[in-house]
Amino acid sequence: MQYIQLSDWLLDIAFLLYVLSSIVFVVAMTGKNWAGRDPKQHETRFGRIAYWLAVIGFIAQTGYVVTRWIGGGHSPTSNMFEFMAFLDFCIILAYLIIYRIYKLTVIGAFVLPLGVIMLAYSYVFPAEVTPLIPSLQSYWLHIHVTTAALGEGILAVGFAAGLMYLIRTVPQNVSTRSTKWLEVVLAVVLMLVGFIGMESTFARLDQKTVFEMNKETKNAMGQMEKLQAEYTMPAIVAPADSTIIKQGPMSPLFTAPSWMEGKDAARKLNTMLWSVITGVVLYGVLRLLFRKRLGAIIQPSVDGIDPELLDEISYRAISIGYPVFTLGALIFAMIWAQEAWGRFWGWDPKEVWALIVWLFYSAYLHLRLSRGWIGAKSAWMSVIGFVIILITLVVVNLVIAGLHSYAGV
Amino acid sequence: MDQRKCECGHTNPVGTLLCESCGKPLDIEVVEQSDFPDMRYEGMARRSQTYTKKVIDRVWNWFSSVKIAIGIIIVILIASAVGTIFPQQQYIPVPVPTEPDVARFYTDTYGQLGTIYYGLGFHNLYSSWWFVTLLVMLGTSLVICSLDRVIPLYKALTKPRLNQHKSFLKGQKLFAEGPMPEGSSQEELLRMAAETLRKKGYRIFSTDRALMAEKGRFSRWGPYINHIGLILFLIGVLMRSIPGFFMDEYVWVREGQTVAIPDTPYYVKNVSYHTEYWSESEMPEQLDLKGGVIPKSFQTDAILYLNKNADLPGAKPELVEVKNGPIVVNHPMEHESLYLYQSGVQEMQLGALNFNLVDLKNGNKELGLIKIDLYNPPKEQDLGNGVKVRTLDYFPDFIMGKDGKPATQTNLPKNPMVAIEIMGENGNLTEKMVYVEGTIITQKTDPRYGLVIRKPDLIDITGLNVRMDKAVPLIYFGSFIFMIGVAMGLFWQHRRIWVQFQEDNVLLAGHTNKNWFGLRREVDGLIEHTKLPLTIEEKTKA
Repeated sequence: MQYIQLSDWLLDIAFLLYVLSSIVFVVAMTGKNWAGRDPKQHETRFGRIAYWLAVIGFIAQTGYVVTRWIGGGHSPTSNMFEFMAFLDFCIILAYLIIYRIYKLTVIGAFVLPLGVIMLAYSYVFPAEVTPLIPSLQSYWLHIHVTTAALGEGILAVGFAAGLMYLIRTVPQNVSTRSTKWLEVVLAVVLMLVGFIGMESTFARLDQKTVFEMNKETKNAMGQMEKLQAEYTMPAIVAPADSTIIKQGPMSPLFTAPSWMEGKDAARKLNTMLWSVITGVVLYGVLRLLFRKRLGAIIQPSVDGIDPELLDEISYRAISIGYPVFTLGALIFAMIWAQEAWGRFWGWDPKEVWALIVWLFYSAYLHLRLSRGWIGAKSAWMSVIGFVIILITLVVVNLVIAGLHSYAGV
Repeated sequence: MDQRKCECGHTNPVGTLLCESCGKPLDIEVVEQSDFPDMRYEGMARRSQTYTKKVIDRVWNWFSSVKIAIGIIIVILIASAVGTIFPQQQYIPVPVPTEPDVARFYTDTYGQLGTIYYGLGFHNLYSSWWFVTLLVMLGTSLVICSLDRVIPLYKALTKPRLNQHKSFLKGQKLFAEGPMPEGSSQEELLRMAAETLRKKGYRIFSTDRALMAEKGRFSRWGPYINHIGLILFLIGVLMRSIPGFFMDEYVWVREGQTVAIPDTPYYVKNVSYHTEYWSESEMPEQLDLKGGVIPKSFQTDAILYLNKNADLPGAKPELVEVKNGPIVVNHPMEHESLYLYQSGVQEMQLGALNFNLVDLKNGNKELGLIKIDLYNPPKEQDLGNGVKVRTLDYFPDFIMGKDGKPATQTNLPKNPMVAIEIMGENGNLTEKMVYVEGTIITQKTDPRYGLVIRKPDLIDITGLNVRMDKAVPLIYFGSFIFMIGVAMGLFWQHRRIWVQFQEDNVLLAGHTNKNWFGLRREVDGLIEHTKLPLTIEEKTKA
């Protein structure tokens, strides 16, 4: 009991330190040209502070992993909250390793905010320690999930470096296809931020809208009752064939199409709509405030870095992450599937998406060998690759039903 | 066939880009950096680049192209993603027995899109002929790509060229040229360079005028080793269609029952089944489960028998116990290559009906217990004192047929109907009664005997998945080889550094297949150590 409480505190501390570290990293990068400063000295000084904040945060998060593992009796990788928090741990770990190799302050300015977003995203899911259901009771839970998360964490650093490359090299004085797509990527990041903001705000406000659907289901006691859908966020879209039994802050504007089956399909659509809306609003506000493309706002912070170095870091991270991902998300997964179900491969949606990620990065590694694919094109691929990982983690878990669907938002 | 003769006198095979002996680019004018041939096979001739006339050459060349391989990968990737939009047929949640039902399921559940999805065959995507064709094409590409490159690579790696033509050195991304430092000899310089590089883990090849340092050569074999791993993996997958290599059966066994496992000489007995739930005291944290429970284990205690008479047709099975123990999720029972997995359960199913026979005319005197085993109803039960009970008729899943006669829908006792006859007073009195849907219907209006319904016997039926997959060791082995290959290829890098003297100048060049910055650091270290007056030209080779 105490262990779990301690682990919760440690994770909060880690979160706080990552936020601080991100801020200091941003200061290190943007404050270079403040009046009366030596840019190089400024960057080194603040970069070092930010780095050590990240290190202490990482130590706290290691403490979280250890205490939660002891307190819960199993590795903290058994539900969506634990997995996302563990993935975050791996991203920071990968960052620390890559930083030791290249000693480039600016990597932190991109990876740490990514770490903050990921950890904030994990907080959205129920954080209780639940005992393991029979199918998860295997040491492969520890081996398969942790290795897969580590691979994805390293690939995330490849994404961050690729994104930096694009921000560094895409010319911002004219509007091109590249600038537009770069803005789209940044807007998607803001949508994730918007989702986290909305979800954590409304979870506290208790402004629930409850729908009752014209369908029956067995409840926990084995009796039949009408299916209900509970929205924490205000309802834009109502489930098909339903009536409101508890009015929320706003009335739904339209009904979900009837093929969106399952009690939570419409709620997930609603959540997604809110994420897109808040993301777009955040994006619009930032654009109005700065009167510049977001890419152009960030560009000065990566000014003066050798783009080839960024390209190299992205490629190295992916070439290190790829074997780890293969081992964790495919090979160990196959061995466990063989052990649990007697088949190493079953074309379950999650398995298919792990294969898609693997095929995509295989294509990336082959293309790297071709002329003309080093630089911008491969940076775009590292960004798309991470988007596919996010689809695998988020969309497949939450929207597509399958063996890996965890409970949650 | 013409051979290409280089100015150094070496005769090269057709298709060679860089002279095998001196490294000078053949037949091309190198004006800009980007004109310099690709260094991947060090300019060795490759079959696919050399022969293009015959049909077989064209097929070979098509499959040996990395671009084509990437194209195939991308098509597989997109097709796989489309296959997850709606569930595959095997994962449809409700039972759909016939093909029209399957079609209707997709239309009813997903509307127009579902109809299209079904119509295009995406409901069985991963076993469709075109998806399998794509996988086979990828396999072919793997084999041909590897064969096309492995021989030139072998030649390139085992014949490291020492005295390179200047244009070869200049063609490298890392190149520097400068005058000989004052007061130092060539031998001295080479010795110092060799010493520095050896400390960094390089292997040194040298003559009195040239030096080549190399490390991580084995890393170049990584891609081919991982391709071999993948090919073994694919062979393993194909092997499963050989008879006797793969089997997938499902048996339902109720408690106490012994059933034959189809297509094997084995029988399995379900001794007992139990589900355990986590108790609150075991949970690390207080949870609000809203009255629900979390299962802790699904377990069947089973015995596996071998039928010794399996080879004798018509012989009575002679069962010998071969294995005995629990089957739990994640811990299948294993015997030779046969695996039994705990994979389903129907709990609290009707096993037997229990009644108390009473003598209504004698103060409701209890005459004894009647048990009707619903899987094996007894023909006759003797209750003693001259009272016998006969089972006349039994319908496990009762339904009134269209012809007005009772019938059964399935042979599972979901809604049993039993007709029995009671013979009392040593057979001098008979009365018939029927049990159906929880009530007793008697033949006479004023019967002598009555039935009191007692709690029925409830049993658990366990679902066991029986599998055999002899290809699994090969599949694991292939994966293992693949991992070794990718680790070799991606965690290590192949680096080569040349130091040469031409006229009065020192020439230094470096090549690596990845991690240019690592190579750059080592070359910088070398220049610093040997105090060579060199600056490296910055070139991009995108």
